[in-house]
Amino acid sequence: MKIRAIALNTFKEAIKDRILYLVLFFAAVCLILSRLLALLTVGDQVKIITDVGLASISLFGTLMAILIGTGLVYKEIDKKTIFTLLSKPIHRYQFLLGKFFGLLLTLLVMLLLMTVIFLVMLFLHTIHVEWSLFIAICLIFIELALITSVAILFSTFSTPILSSVFTLAFYLIGHFSWGLETLMTKMPPGFSKTLAQIFHTLLPDLENFNFKTEIVHHLPIPSEVIGLSVLYGILYTTLVLGVAMLIFRKRDFV
Amino acid sequence: MVEALKITNLHKSFKTGFFFKRKKILKGITLTVDKGDIFGYLGPNGAGKTTTIKCIMGLIFPEIGEIRILGQPHLSLKAKEHIGFLPENPYFYDYLTAADFLRFYSQLFQLRGEERDKRIEGLIKLVDLEKYADLQLRKFSRGMLQRIGLAQALLNEPELVMLDEPLGGLDPIGRKEIRDIIIRLREEGKTVFLSSHILQDIEMICDRVAIIVNGEIVNAGRLSDLISEKVFFTEVIVSGIDAEKLENLGDSIDSHGEKIFLKVYDDAKLESILQLVESQKGRIHSLIPRTETLEDIFVGVVKRQ
Repeated sequence: MKIRAIALNTFKEAIKDRILYLVLFFAAVCLILSRLLALLTVGDQVKIITDVGLASISLFGTLMAILIGTGLVYKEIDKKTIFTLLSKPIHRYQFLLGKFFGLLLTLLVMLLLMTVIFLVMLFLHTIHVEWSLFIAICLIFIELALITSVAILFSTFSTPILSSVFTLAFYLIGHFSWGLETLMTKMPPGFSKTLAQIFHTLLPDLENFNFKTEIVHHLPIPSEVIGLSVLYGILYTTLVLGVAMLIFRKRDFV
Repeated sequence: MVEALKITNLHKSFKTGFFFKRKKILKGITLTVDKGDIFGYLGPNGAGKTTTIKCIMGLIFPEIGEIRILGQPHLSLKAKEHIGFLPENPYFYDYLTAADFLRFYSQLFQLRGEERDKRIEGLIKLVDLEKYADLQLRKFSRGMLQRIGLAQALLNEPELVMLDEPLGGLDPIGRKEIRDIIIRLREEGKTVFLSSHILQDIEMICDRVAIIVNGEIVNAGRLSDLISEKVFFTEVIVSGIDAEKLENLGDSIDSHGEKIFLKVYDDAKLESILQLVESQKGRIHSLIPRTETLEDIFVGVVKRQ
């Protein structure tokens, strides 16, 4: 009940942020331009629309999560609204979870809007839409949830600009960390390989949520792979939120 | 009887600058607030009033010390259920209307349905914002924000109400309205803890006060015990008298036209002035005995520190 109240209030606040609509506008432009790109391409136009469309949804969704997520908790502290809120009978973790779920709800609405534009573009070329497309979008949402939790983690102790930089770094590292795996296969056993192994374990692998190639080329996605990706996302998000709560629990609001 | 608030040996310091240098803000605050009192927490700017209040509200964590609210540890939800808080210069979610804002906070107290609506309606009436219930808080003036802030602090019908500078930045009418509400809270049996540096207001409404200077309580007690009834001097304004004849009877402060302003320290001299006025057919415009005020005590202790 308390978390829900804070989440709904966060949603009300986030949905009023103009920056969200600016990003949504650019997402819409990209999704519409995917059709133009498809028309200019020789070959399977649906492939291009699907590829560009899913990439746009993922990228602009991430931008939304970073831009809104890093500011929401900070704003409460900076504008001192947190003073009265935390004086009410709520735990600090309930406040953070409320913020997290409120932001998630905002991102869900935005993701649905982008998906609708994407589907309209797709229907202009084909009426045949595979279900796996929706699975890919669901996994993008799980990735957004993880990025949101990271944005919230940084915003519990840092300014929005720094938090944005950190979260963006997390996103980029997450999408390129698979390179370590390739590196490890070419490394001789020893200290460097162990170090690479440790980094590979600790760093996030956001490619776990990327099924664009499989969808575009109509490759089968085993259900256990999807299940593992979902589990990975949930566990990582829980872990990050747990760390955020630990930091927030002992923070002084001067 | 359990005290409304009991603070024992509270210490808090903050890091200053990049290195590990720390500045002590609270240096062993100990105080007790009895149930049903209006307790004034006085101190100059930077003395540690807001830091104490933030410690009580669990917004910052003291290094040493214990705080108990109505016998409960101050961080427990049980304690928070019975406490209301209005911070200094309150800022609220400005995109919400006054009614929506109270509705949002009421959910944090698990208030629902008719009871919630009734309470919100009553509070909006209490703070005289009925006409503005559906106005967004961004359009509220400072005084209106203070009043809606007071309303949110009373949502849970708290036993202890913490008000940080509730009268700061308000015009005289706004101050009177807030003072009246505070007095009404006492009549309802609630305990009010308020910090302020507007001494006249504190003197008017508080039962007990504590004065904090540089993070230490330097004076505390019932207002009636602190302020003596002793007359320091009498301010006299007379006219129609030869000023030279008054020279030895009191300190002349000022004179406007015929009127002479005098400070008289001695009862015998005051008697002589009265006789002089009578014999010379002069006129007494005012005669005010000046007793000790809270301001005298406050200025005294601050200067001593």
